[in-house]
Amino acid sequence: AKFVSQKISKTRWRPLPAAALHPPHLFATGSWDNEDNRISIWSVGDLGSVGLSGEYQGEPQLLCDIRHNGDVMDMQFLDQERIVAASSTGTVTVFRHHQNNHTLSASHRWEKAHYHVDQDTSCGGAACTAVICNKPEIVTVGEDGRINLFRVDQKDAVRTIDNADSSTLHAVTFLRTTEILTVNSIGQLKIWDFRQQKNEPSQIFSLTGGRVPLHCVDRHPNQQYIVATGGQDGMLSIWDIRQGTVPVSLLNAHEAEMWEVHFHPSNPDHLFTCSEDGSLWHWDTSTDVSEKPSFLHQGGRSTTYVPHNTINQSVVSAWLSNDPTKDRMEITNLIPNQTLSVNSLDVLGPCLVYGTDAEAIYVNRQLFA
Amino acid sequence: ALTGMCCIVGGEDGGQSSSCVFVVRRDQDIYIQTLRKLFNESHGIFVGLQRSEEELVGKSRRAQLVQVSKNYRSVIRACMEDMHQAASKFVPSLTATKGNAVSILSAMELIWNLCEILFVEAAAAGPLLLRLLDWVRLHVCDVDNMVREVLSSENPSKHELFWNAVDIFVLQGRMDEARHLLSKEASANPASVNMYRILDDLMKKMPVPSLGNTQTLTEMELKWQHWHEECQRYLQDGTFASNSHMESICKILLGDEDAILEKKELMTTWYHFLVTRLLYSRPTVKPMELRFYAQAGSRISFIFLTSSMDLFLGGENSPEPLDTILMAAFEFEIHQVIKECSIALSNWWFVAHLTDLLDHCKLLQSHNLYFGSNMREFLLLEYASGLFSHHSLWQLGVDYFDHCPEYGRVYLELHIERIPLNTEQKALKVLRICEQRQMHEQVRSICKIMAMKALRNNRLGSALSWSIRAKDAAFATLISDRFLKDYCERGCFSDLDLIDNLGPSMLLSDRLTFLGKYREFHRLYGEKRFSEAARLLLMLMTAHIAPCSFWMTLLTDALPLLEQKEVIFSAEQTYELMRCLEDLTAQKSDKQKLQGDDVETMKVEMLRIALARNLARVIVKEGTLEGS
Repeated sequence: AKFVSQKISKTRWRPLPAAALHPPHLFATGSWDNEDNRISIWSVGDLGSVGLSGEYQGEPQLLCDIRHNGDVMDMQFLDQERIVAASSTGTVTVFRHHQNNHTLSASHRWEKAHYHVDQDTSCGGAACTAVICNKPEIVTVGEDGRINLFRVDQKDAVRTIDNADSSTLHAVTFLRTTEILTVNSIGQLKIWDFRQQKNEPSQIFSLTGGRVPLHCVDRHPNQQYIVATGGQDGMLSIWDIRQGTVPVSLLNAHEAEMWEVHFHPSNPDHLFTCSEDGSLWHWDTSTDVSEKPSFLHQGGRSTTYVPHNTINQSVVSAWLSNDPTKDRMEITNLIPNQTLSVNSLDVLGPCLVYGTDAEAIYVNRQLFA
Repeated sequence: ALTGMCCIVGGEDGGQSSSCVFVVRRDQDIYIQTLRKLFNESHGIFVGLQRSEEELVGKSRRAQLVQVSKNYRSVIRACMEDMHQAASKFVPSLTATKGNAVSILSAMELIWNLCEILFVEAAAAGPLLLRLLDWVRLHVCDVDNMVREVLSSENPSKHELFWNAVDIFVLQGRMDEARHLLSKEASANPASVNMYRILDDLMKKMPVPSLGNTQTLTEMELKWQHWHEECQRYLQDGTFASNSHMESICKILLGDEDAILEKKELMTTWYHFLVTRLLYSRPTVKPMELRFYAQAGSRISFIFLTSSMDLFLGGENSPEPLDTILMAAFEFEIHQVIKECSIALSNWWFVAHLTDLLDHCKLLQSHNLYFGSNMREFLLLEYASGLFSHHSLWQLGVDYFDHCPEYGRVYLELHIERIPLNTEQKALKVLRICEQRQMHEQVRSICKIMAMKALRNNRLGSALSWSIRAKDAAFATLISDRFLKDYCERGCFSDLDLIDNLGPSMLLSDRLTFLGKYREFHRLYGEKRFSEAARLLLMLMTAHIAPCSFWMTLLTDALPLLEQKEVIFSAEQTYELMRCLEDLTAQKSDKQKLQGDDVETMKVEMLRIALARNLARVIVKEGTLEGS
């Protein structure tokens, strides 16, 4: 653990260039609840000594940081050099990381991207709660229920959907290049299509039962109809958006708000969630053929024999399986002594980084060892 | 902001860093950064300690507590390291204050380490001296630099600091290192080889208490007595007469107070002097005897009647706060230690955590202070309250309050309501804290604040979401009224995505249920499911789900249904509608009827006509036999 004297609200690995073979070694963090919040870039250097559990023994080194006005509500790398940050003041800022001298500078800012118009018709800033990038486009959502589509080189928003939602939008992610998914505080998952001119979602999904707010959303990297969301009650929901308007499975997970959910980008059988209750769970649905029951391996037969139904199963994602006995899911809590909330996590390759309200950052560079 | 690491100015500037404490201003960024690390890391240790409560007993429990104590100390040391590193990047003008901040931390670690030896580990006679020696070696005076300088010179034994180095090793009981240095003298100065050999031999043979059970205290004392007598003989024979340095070393080995005191400048502190005295006069000192070596007691007559501190300071300077604290520790006056520390360091971090640890060692009598809580709880409450005054560290304070059984909850209730909630996410975190502790009042109050804010910003969905969380029926009613008002003004619903998807939360309040059902009516009408719509509409009025103020609107909504080509309302239903209309109009007073606006009266008229017509048609329809 590295104690950094600021509560960490977001941690993100810098994305690797396409042909890279080495694991990531640079990540950014954003802080919250400080009078002086900062966005910082850290380096974990080369593979230092690695401990028993894979915990990286060397400490992350601070390369540079910059002041950020308001809490860092969300943060994404736009590309290798630029980071987009969403602020609690309603401003969205693009920062540039200058690699040569390791400094950060603000390169573009959209002030008042999110705002409230109250009854006295004075504009107060509304927190921008989430941001997602698909270069050159940036989509932001906020407590004002507004969705903005920006282009990184344009001063004004390309498209704004006012009052897209009557409640707070907590998270957003891209479904396809022209479609996004949002989740809100009345428990609805909505699909928005930017090709359509009307300011209405093209589809609305919601949980049955109570209107439990949803806080995070992520889409399966390969099978784009599989979506995972996390709720205020710590429940993980898996949705198949091709069919039905209710989740495929509900998994009782954390004891408090789930702040982030991430499919592993290259190993999507693995899912990671972190929560206000201080835990970080690793959900592993990768099945191992050798674990099949012994009657399938009969004497004389080749041990590479695979029964027909498992071939089908390997095609259909384990996430959508309704039968818990068929596919075993391993769930591990990666934090032994949990205290304060884990606000954010990010996975890339074999590396995991997460930040907590105890003002600490943790890096694990051997996730799958 | 932090209530400041303000420390009472102790003595003069330029004194030894260990006995001066300085005022630190709030805007020392480096200091605050490092303090935050201290607070956060120690919070983790604190919580771990509370949770580990009843697991182990006896020796293993003690070992566990010692480990906790070491963890705290390593956190303090890590902070000192950080401050060193960070401040070295700063302008020199700040280095002075950095030095003071570091020295405060270093004093804290010094005190804590002594408390760990005496109270937590409660080292027994034998190991006690060894621990004290370690303590002195770690904290007092900077030997290594001096030695390095001497060794790296061409002719170490001719270096001006050579004998200082040897002396300090001897004073700290580091015999092997002293002998190693001395051998340089022997090789450089062949004439003194004989003297050197004898001294070396004495130093080698010096009995020391062992940590294991290899020898009993009595055995050790016996051996020591023999050795002491041997040293005495050599001294009296004048073996070292020709070399004053070696002679003084021999005197030190014999525990000669004057000889030791001569090396005052090397030892720098009275507690170093104390430990050296003990090493060479009473290595098997028992814990309870320490006080008598530290300060004179009239209760017992030992050889040492005057206190180490008095001797050392020579009556010139008055004791610094640090000295008083250490003295109290040697005297095993735990409460005194805590009290003195509280006065000297007005930040509660140190005393709160130390007292909590000592309490876990079952060393504090539950001695009630006059305001009712015991000392541990009092200090923890003060510390946690200080955390709550910080814009960010309040989250740590929660766990501290949790572990104060008497007043913790009350304090938490009062403090948590005063945290500013500038984003929804922060409000959610605060709410979660309250819900986990069943603080229902606070939950309601926070949800109400957030719901009001949302309402003022016209975020009706958010407002509803907050009322659902608090199960606040009254607020849900308020929000529904807002929706209905909007509908009446604009003729259409806003935020359909919310109203259409209320689900079971609809039942939170009657008004909310009505809103949901009314919207459903509109939907049914839009889908041309007229009979269902009609049934619903009637039900809304007859089951009194609709507020009376809305009945007129509902009846007006019924008009198009009445005017349809097909007959939708049955006779029964039409009678019901008529009754509702009569009920409604009956409520208005005569005066109102006279003054009533034309629109109203016209509406009522139209309704009456429509209802009558419908009744006529439906009677005919129902009276008609099928197929005839």
